[in-house]
Amino acid sequence: MSEQIKVPTMAEYMAQGKKPEVLFWVGCAGSFDDRAKKITKAFVRLLNKANIDFAVLGTEESCTGDPAKRAGNEFLFQMQAMTNIEVLNGYEIKKIVTACPHCFNTIKNEYPGLGGTYEVMHHTQFLKSLMEEGRLKVEGGKFKGKRITFHDPCYLGRANGEYEAPRQLLQKLEVELVEMKRCKSRGLCCGAGGAQMFKEPEAGNKDINVERTEEALETAPKIIAAACPFCNTMMTDGVKAKHAEDDVQVLDVAEMIANAEDL
Amino acid sequence: MQYISNILFTIALAAGIGYFTINIRKIIRNIKLGHEVDASDNTAQRWSNVVRIALGQSKMVVRPIPGLLHIFVYVGFVIINIEVLEIIIDGIFGTHRVLFSILPAGLYNFLIASFEILALLVLVGVILFWTRRNIQKLQRFWKPEMKGWPKNDGNYILYFEMVLMVLFLTMNAADQSLQSLGVAHYVEAGSFPISQFIAPLFNGLSEGTLIIIERGAWWLHILGILVFLNYLYFSKHLHIILAFPNVYFGKVVPKGKFKNLDSVTNEVKMMMDPNVDPFAAPAEGAADAPAKFGASDVMDLSRIQLLNAYTCTECGRCTSECPANITGKKLSPRKIMMDTRDRLEEIGENINKNGEFKPDGKQLLDDYITREELWACTTCNACVEACPVSIDPLSIIMDMRQYLVMEQSAAPSELNVSMTNIENNGAPWPYNQMDRLNWENEN
Repeated sequence: MSEQIKVPTMAEYMAQGKKPEVLFWVGCAGSFDDRAKKITKAFVRLLNKANIDFAVLGTEESCTGDPAKRAGNEFLFQMQAMTNIEVLNGYEIKKIVTACPHCFNTIKNEYPGLGGTYEVMHHTQFLKSLMEEGRLKVEGGKFKGKRITFHDPCYLGRANGEYEAPRQLLQKLEVELVEMKRCKSRGLCCGAGGAQMFKEPEAGNKDINVERTEEALETAPKIIAAACPFCNTMMTDGVKAKHAEDDVQVLDVAEMIANAEDL
Repeated sequence: MQYISNILFTIALAAGIGYFTINIRKIIRNIKLGHEVDASDNTAQRWSNVVRIALGQSKMVVRPIPGLLHIFVYVGFVIINIEVLEIIIDGIFGTHRVLFSILPAGLYNFLIASFEILALLVLVGVILFWTRRNIQKLQRFWKPEMKGWPKNDGNYILYFEMVLMVLFLTMNAADQSLQSLGVAHYVEAGSFPISQFIAPLFNGLSEGTLIIIERGAWWLHILGILVFLNYLYFSKHLHIILAFPNVYFGKVVPKGKFKNLDSVTNEVKMMMDPNVDPFAAPAEGAADAPAKFGASDVMDLSRIQLLNAYTCTECGRCTSECPANITGKKLSPRKIMMDTRDRLEEIGENINKNGEFKPDGKQLLDDYITREELWACTTCNACVEACPVSIDPLSIIMDMRQYLVMEQSAAPSELNVSMTNIENNGAPWPYNQMDRLNWENEN
């Protein structure tokens, strides 16, 4: 990659007596998962390119508690939430952007009741607003005319009603967007939600990610676009299970925009 | 003697409505076994949901064919009830087609004509519904939870509706013949676009026979309606009434927003407050036993969740969209609702018998809903989105998971590992929190 990315932390900002425009909440997957880290960096390159004044919490960030809550461990969830809220409120954070729909949903919907109220945006919503404000230019580049299908993350789509932001970004890339049979409000889950990411599935006749990948492959795409690190993992595994990895890539919408720009 | 039929009718009507009322009161009592929820928020949104989703059937037409057929049956039943009003007045006072003497003739004829057309549409809808269940065998009507009573129940309802519509049209056909014969009491009233094709079948029948057919159809139709009304309580068909309150009380916040448990918030706040004296005695008047976390039985659920259970009409749209069910797992959101209702009914029977609930050694968890079902859920909200009457099976699954984890420490072991990681190092994987920004300098 060309130049070193710039990732200021809130602690550094605080030391300089500054406040960023937006906090980038990286999330556990974005921080530790090898595949998701690439999405994190692609998003940071876009933020750098658009000269966004942002910061991360770095080592002060901790799991939002989403998997604990969906697994039924409300105690652990609220401990995580309140600890995070103390940090966020301590830095007087007003606006948060995250590339993980689970973090997005939890901070946006479940933190206010525990004392943490912020403007929370998913990275596709944030990138869309940057484009609308003319702060980030996106053109087709290498994805122009490519056949691409978009997999709706449950916690962005059904959970929060956002179906259009990622699709509008893809349209800016001038791709040929093809919808799966089950899409938008009827989109099929990748199988990772509700803490399923961290356990083996129950007995059945198929894995959910394979079912969803088959549906995606029916649209004969070059790329399956995702907008969630967990969906990304599940769909990538599904593509491998169908031995289609030589023909079909699974990419985050942010990665596609960064790649189109050769960032 | 001449009032005997009026008296019989009034008795039948009172018995039908009375028995129904008794059973509705049982339902209300059972729903009140759940804990109260405050639903005084978002009033405008709630009413708008009732108009759009319940009255407007907006979620039914997501699947256009059954959606349209359902609108036939729904509109038919709502509108034809105006006719039932006339039948009731006639029955009590011994009049015949009383609305004709009240309404302008043109309007009356228009009403009768629309009832007839709707009756035909209902008949068509119901026959096609039966075909979809029994000939076409749509998968969602043949899932494991649909064996036995639930399967028969669905068909009985369709037979009921077929018979009622046929009786209605037969009654009108015979009435027409009697009108054209100029029989006393049968005033020339109504317009009969559908039953005019049945009337020729009665050609050549005597006046007496025609009266027997007309009266027979009239009596069977209204008695059928009263029986059907009382059948509702024993069937899955209560949605024709409960769909409206159920939609009103449905979720009005984003689907991804799960409620935060206040009892937990209090404890966590105390744990995090350095000024709290850990050895302090509980304050005067504080509840002695801490609230139970999550749900293991129906009494632990909310009144809205229990209303959900009575409202479910077992259409299975939730189950047919559930990723776990689609891939062969045991979880079926419809079964969650059916089990909740079955258990609630069992507890209701127990109360009827004993005056109050006598513990029966059973509960919703394990005796009805297995852990395997609960752990198969991805919390994707597809079931909630699919329900045409705003039922939330996911909230019951979540409450039961909370019981399993917080009261029984019975999460699957891999989840316990993840949760321990979150607790110790702030991520579901065993990475150090101090390494959270390492990606910055990696390639």
